[in-house]
Amino acid sequence: MKISREGVRRVAELAHLALTDAELETYRAQLDSILTYVEKLNALSLDAVEPMAQALADSAQGEDPTLREDQVRPSDVGDAVLKRAAEARPPYFRVPKVIER
Amino acid sequence: MSTDPAWTVASIQAALQKKTVSARELTREFYGKIEADNPRLNAYLALCPERAYAQADRVDKAISRGASLPALAGVPTAVKDVISTRGVTTTCGSRILENHVPPYDATAVERLEKAGAVILGKTNCDEFAMGSSNENSAYGPVRNPVAPDRVPGGSSGGSAAAVAAGLAVVALGTDTGGSVRQPGALCGIPALMPTYGRVSRYGLIAFASSLDRIGPFAVSVRDVAIILGVIAGRDPMDSTSAEVPVPDYPAEIEKPLQGMRIGVPPQYFGEGMDWEVREKVEAAIERLKSMGCQAVAVDMPHTDYAIATYYLIATAEASSNLARYDGVRYGPRSEAGTLLEMYQATRGRGFGPEVKRRIMLGTYALSAGYYEAYYLRAQKVRALIARDFIAAFKQVDLIVTPTSPVPAFRLGERTADPLEMYLADIYTVTGSLAGVPAISVPCGRTRGGLPVGLQIIGPHFGEARVLQLAHAFEQAQQAEA
Repeated sequence: MKISREGVRRVAELAHLALTDAELETYRAQLDSILTYVEKLNALSLDAVEPMAQALADSAQGEDPTLREDQVRPSDVGDAVLKRAAEARPPYFRVPKVIER
Repeated sequence: MSTDPAWTVASIQAALQKKTVSARELTREFYGKIEADNPRLNAYLALCPERAYAQADRVDKAISRGASLPALAGVPTAVKDVISTRGVTTTCGSRILENHVPPYDATAVERLEKAGAVILGKTNCDEFAMGSSNENSAYGPVRNPVAPDRVPGGSSGGSAAAVAAGLAVVALGTDTGGSVRQPGALCGIPALMPTYGRVSRYGLIAFASSLDRIGPFAVSVRDVAIILGVIAGRDPMDSTSAEVPVPDYPAEIEKPLQGMRIGVPPQYFGEGMDWEVREKVEAAIERLKSMGCQAVAVDMPHTDYAIATYYLIATAEASSNLARYDGVRYGPRSEAGTLLEMYQATRGRGFGPEVKRRIMLGTYALSAGYYEAYYLRAQKVRALIARDFIAAFKQVDLIVTPTSPVPAFRLGERTADPLEMYLADIYTVTGSLAGVPAISVPCGRTRGGLPVGLQIIGPHFGEARVLQLAHAFEQAQQAEA
């Protein structure tokens, strides 16, 4: 068994997901089968291989593609965004109380 | 008013110029078809007639002024519901964004409209583009217009079905592990995943950022080439969009093939492939040879590791990207006592089972103690898979494979076991991981009438070559039919 019920509960906690007991068991079995399947990667010897974090790590993107001028530009979407929020008091989003006194 | 069922970008241009139809009439014709057929197909989730007619009127006004028409003037267009459209609901097929109205347009959408396209509405998809059958949509599955008891493929099933059923002339989808190419194959239309960085992702709601790409569906390869020409190119709003010149794709595809070398990797013709798919793809390769292509075997030794690699990387990135849906900034909130309980309840209720499964797999793969064993290992294997392609493209111009190991399957046939559904992506996830472009082009039908797709994969930014071969193949295929 790759992952226990307790393991799934812990992952769901990290991911901020409320799960029912039934879901917990379903996901445990499914994650277990997927984690067993991905073990096939262990057959490869990878010590000399650099991890690939980007699709176009080298060549294709020309000279430094990642940086642009840091300029201030107007963005007037604030009201539209707040209007669609579950609860807002412009210019703030409202959330349940975080700190108990 | 024409009722030609097979409108293309070119035939629309001609009809508008000859004034046999106006853009407004064309838009009305398509909304009529949508009204008639969408209740059965469920391809569209939202329509935006106000925006569409306003755009059509702009096109008609330009025609009456005698202005020259832009590339996509009046072309009825569908956009997958993971791509942001200003003022038009964008749900990602999820309950957690059921009332989400973006305050801006994706760059690809903006470029389409600037080229005259008429956006009719937003198309159904697997929730957050996670799925291969469109059965993971919170708003119900899409039916395949070719065989209504079957899936259209996924995750861009609504876009593929809309074009295949004549409810749009072109559509945008997104492809993370096959989500444009596979539904294109299953619905019998050309569908392109461009090179990573070729098309801006600005406004594409993220699933897996190092893999996500926007790509077009159309009824012909020529139309695919036209759309790509419109949406491709550097965008300052997406730092991963490439500073690579955009060729004149529609002109490039007309060039003669002349001694093209195509690679056929034996690893893509192994177990698990439907025999009729094999038959059609092998016949397609024979046809390419008869057209003057030289076919050679190329070894892609890491192919068998691609599904495991893909599902670790994609889910890890998804678990991070989808952390933003917490009931604060977007979508409905599930009330609960504390902030943490509110997050958990909102996400527990708002996400469907496949999304939760992938968030958990990704969270696990990134968590302390497992990061090196899973995520880092997968990134290393990704490098090996990319190297397979780089080595192959030293020997050949393009690689041809099947797009999907099976034709369209029945609704519900594969939903019981998530892993079995993942394995259906076996021929598409490799190109996704390597960042290379690939098209699926129809290569015949099974005895039961189900479409089969041929995948043509090219080197980075080799779309012109990919489209050129696909176009020549399509012409040869149609000449015989």
